[in-house]
Amino acid sequence: MSGSRLPSGGLIDRGRTLSFTFDGKAYTGHPGDTLASALLANGVRVMGRSFKYHRPRGVWGAWFDDPNAIFNIRLGDVARPNCPAATTLLEDGMEARSVNAFPNAGFDIKGGLDLFHRFLSAGFYYKMFMWPDWHLFEPAIRKMAGLGALEGAPLDGFHADQRHDACDLLVVGGGAAGLQAALSAARAGQDVVLVDDHPELGGSLYQLAEIDGQTPSDWVATMHAAIIEADGRILTGATAFGVYDHQMIGLAQERGFTRAPALIRMRARRCILATGALDRPATFAMNDRPGVMSLNAAAEFAGRYGVLVGQTPAVLAHHSMVQAQLAALTGSETQMIDAGTKTPEALGRKSVTGLRVGSQTHICDAVLNSAGLMPIVHLWRHAGGKLTWDEAAQAFVPDNALDWMQAVGAANGTFDLDDALAEAEAVALGADRPARNVQYTANPPQPALGSKKRQWIDYQHDVTLKDIELAARENYVSVEHLKRYTTLGMASDQGKTSNVAGLSAMARLQGKEIPEVGTTTFRPPFVPLPMELYRGHHRGAQFHPLKRLPLEPEHRAAGAALGEYGGWLRPGWYGTGDPHDIAQSEALMARHSAAIFDGSPLGKIEVMGPDAEAFVNFIYYNTIKTLKPGAIRYGFMLTEGGVVYDDGVIARMGANRFVISCSSSHVDGVNAMLEAWRQDGHDPERTLVHDTTANWPTVTVTGPMARQIVAALDLGVDLSAQAFPHMQWRDGWFQGALARISRVSFTGDVSFEISVPVHKVTALWQAALASGAPLGAGPMGVEALSILRAEKGYLIIGKDTDGETMPHDLGFTVPRLKKSSAFVGDRGLHTENANRDNRRRLVGLSVPKGADPLPTGAHVVSGPATARRSHGYVTSSYHSPNLDRPIALGLVEASQAETGTKLEIQHLGAGYQATVCAPCAFDPEGERLHA
Amino acid sequence: MQRFPCPFCGLRDEREFHFAGPAGKVRPDTTKAVSAEDWADYLYTQPNAKGVVREVWVHTTCQEYFVMERNSATMEVLGSTALRKDAS
Repeated sequence: MSGSRLPSGGLIDRGRTLSFTFDGKAYTGHPGDTLASALLANGVRVMGRSFKYHRPRGVWGAWFDDPNAIFNIRLGDVARPNCPAATTLLEDGMEARSVNAFPNAGFDIKGGLDLFHRFLSAGFYYKMFMWPDWHLFEPAIRKMAGLGALEGAPLDGFHADQRHDACDLLVVGGGAAGLQAALSAARAGQDVVLVDDHPELGGSLYQLAEIDGQTPSDWVATMHAAIIEADGRILTGATAFGVYDHQMIGLAQERGFTRAPALIRMRARRCILATGALDRPATFAMNDRPGVMSLNAAAEFAGRYGVLVGQTPAVLAHHSMVQAQLAALTGSETQMIDAGTKTPEALGRKSVTGLRVGSQTHICDAVLNSAGLMPIVHLWRHAGGKLTWDEAAQAFVPDNALDWMQAVGAANGTFDLDDALAEAEAVALGADRPARNVQYTANPPQPALGSKKRQWIDYQHDVTLKDIELAARENYVSVEHLKRYTTLGMASDQGKTSNVAGLSAMARLQGKEIPEVGTTTFRPPFVPLPMELYRGHHRGAQFHPLKRLPLEPEHRAAGAALGEYGGWLRPGWYGTGDPHDIAQSEALMARHSAAIFDGSPLGKIEVMGPDAEAFVNFIYYNTIKTLKPGAIRYGFMLTEGGVVYDDGVIARMGANRFVISCSSSHVDGVNAMLEAWRQDGHDPERTLVHDTTANWPTVTVTGPMARQIVAALDLGVDLSAQAFPHMQWRDGWFQGALARISRVSFTGDVSFEISVPVHKVTALWQAALASGAPLGAGPMGVEALSILRAEKGYLIIGKDTDGETMPHDLGFTVPRLKKSSAFVGDRGLHTENANRDNRRRLVGLSVPKGADPLPTGAHVVSGPATARRSHGYVTSSYHSPNLDRPIALGLVEASQAETGTKLEIQHLGAGYQATVCAPCAFDPEGERLHA
Repeated sequence: MQRFPCPFCGLRDEREFHFAGPAGKVRPDTTKAVSAEDWADYLYTQPNAKGVVREVWVHTTCQEYFVMERNSATMEVLGSTALRKDAS
């Protein structure tokens, strides 16, 4: 015989029937069932296979303490892996499959692995790493590893809501003690939240016949109503899964199988743990037979779910509260077994059929086991609370020395109901804990060492007493080593049942007491949770928002291909067709006529104040204090280690005012760096840093026709090369608004960067295009600009430099040798490493006539094929449309960086030839720039 | 999740803050000779003490840097002061 449904009792709704399948077979249950209780009611015993040996397993626990029944479940379009059957509420239409079993849990073709258990003992992997060869076993082990499998695509709309909440008092656990604590505190005027992970409050109360003359359901309903009446809040179906810094408690609220749970970050001034207790399993021979289960689970299945787990169960219990646990099992003929000092053995294969004690065999259809009660102290340990060993109870209990968290009821080792209620009330009101009237004692049996029969400690990971003995023999005696060597407590149940059994075995092996052996670390989450819970809204654009250009509608209208460039959504090129060809023709246009480019993301960080000059002079590698108002200078910013962090131009607006135009992708970083130096190292009252990038969008016109195009914009500025030379800026006016015009160039051609207030930029863009169109000029995207700058050997920081590049590697040597005032990174430029003579330098690379462009990232190599080493690599490589040949830049060790050196280049197995040349390949005299 | 007191904005979630460095670290005067050891010490040595520490943090949403005193073992925050007052 096995499980059956009781005619009455429990919280299930017998008036409604839900259909589901398990391993392909159809079953029914009722609202209020979990998958585990419904299967038990249908007489199903084997609900899974163990991880290593594929042994048949039934449920051990009725709630989060069950390590055995783990299912992949599909409901409609939603499939979720590794759901614990004992905590998954039954919904109509669920299709459940046992994990780690094929074709099903009842008959598993890998069941034969159990015969080889001798070879799969503790430390199996570690030993294979050493001998004979891990690689022999790796493919098979990887195939067998893991439990459930993911199905198909990510779930659409499976999104966890996340919210913050706070309260005076959070009570965790809605059993008798939790209800009492919440009610007492709420009536005393505290803002109370009571949280419980079951859909119904009451904890283990449904195992009882009555409380204060009421049925458990009536008593719970009365308490519930009273708490609400006193303005307490109640959250059911929500698990307090972890305690985090500064009294934050994570709550995961269930919202049905097809929806992701919601995360509540609860900040509680005070917390009362009324989390209850679990059965400690006794370790005996073949104690993993389906039908061997926790006594408390059997009582819970009967009381809460109306399911009898067996007709003639044998009971192996070793503590003084056993009669209370047995109260719910009046429907079955229980046999109390006293094994004395003998080690019992469970008989049967796919279901337990008897219990042998010495020469005597007791026929039974279940073995209900409780070697003692273990307070659930996980949250207490998350909070940093310490445990003490209660000798009479043979259990770890909280020492109750935290100022903001207290444990009450069974979680504190107060197992008697009246004692627990009194304690909960006292603690909720801040009074002293009353003395207990009922003293609980436990006398768990000692594990029998050296036994031939296997005795399971960790069901889910198949750790046996023999494995613990082996670990002890091999000197893995520290609990943390024991855990990792045997994988004890490392399964998805995190050792909720197995840890104390394992500790007690190790204590016995070493002739110590359990508290001397200690416990492993308790870490959140308390139960397995979907990763989605932590992600919430941190996804896609909400995780990584793109910066958008004011001109985006114009670009879209012009057919721009928009892409992310350094955090901005920018036009890569315009029009449809082969992107490479378009970029080539845009780059040709820019050199033959002119190109109009959206340069808005270019940094415009203003530095103002009486110390502004000294400040920027300190920030820049280059000397800035000699810069005249109206002029612009190119320069580097370094890290304190001397490495180039950013390059760009700085314009001087007046005696005490500068504008830093850093790289588009570095604006936030540069701004933060400036603020750090301003506030932590300088007098922040004498300098102000203000990022105005978003206030001044920029239209850049570049090319031989640029001056003609800009002249038509009527900016009121003399644009002639004499009046407005390269590296100068002027204030002009565009349609009545201030326009800041800079003559700087990232193309090597005459360029005007025109920055205007946001509301004028669309008109400016349209005017520039209109004035350029008759001359053959048009819009240009980022890709073509990258080609133009590479033709000139202009570098992009982070592309043509890396985390070691210093300015003298790029040919900018003067400040390093001459600048007398302090600047960021100055000392870093004179370290042994900075002075090394074989540093990598920026070079140009040319290829033989007719060869293809070099692959970006290809390495300069030397030596025989078996001992090649890299001397540097290609950082940028393009086909130059204006030179009609490939061009490239690279960082190459000085010994190979002399102009004319022939280089051997390698990329993904293919070889290439190149010759070192000057980085600037186009217009090396710079005649076009100053035209 | 920790909460830190920005001297300007009040108590805020830790995700709004960045660590900047240990408080009281002084940049060597690089206009004079600085030994390699002193420079390396300035760049790389972090005391990372267990217990009460004084550190510079920045509240990224208001961009103000400030000194925070906290216990690196218990995560208890002992207080924070604006850097500009601390510096004077």
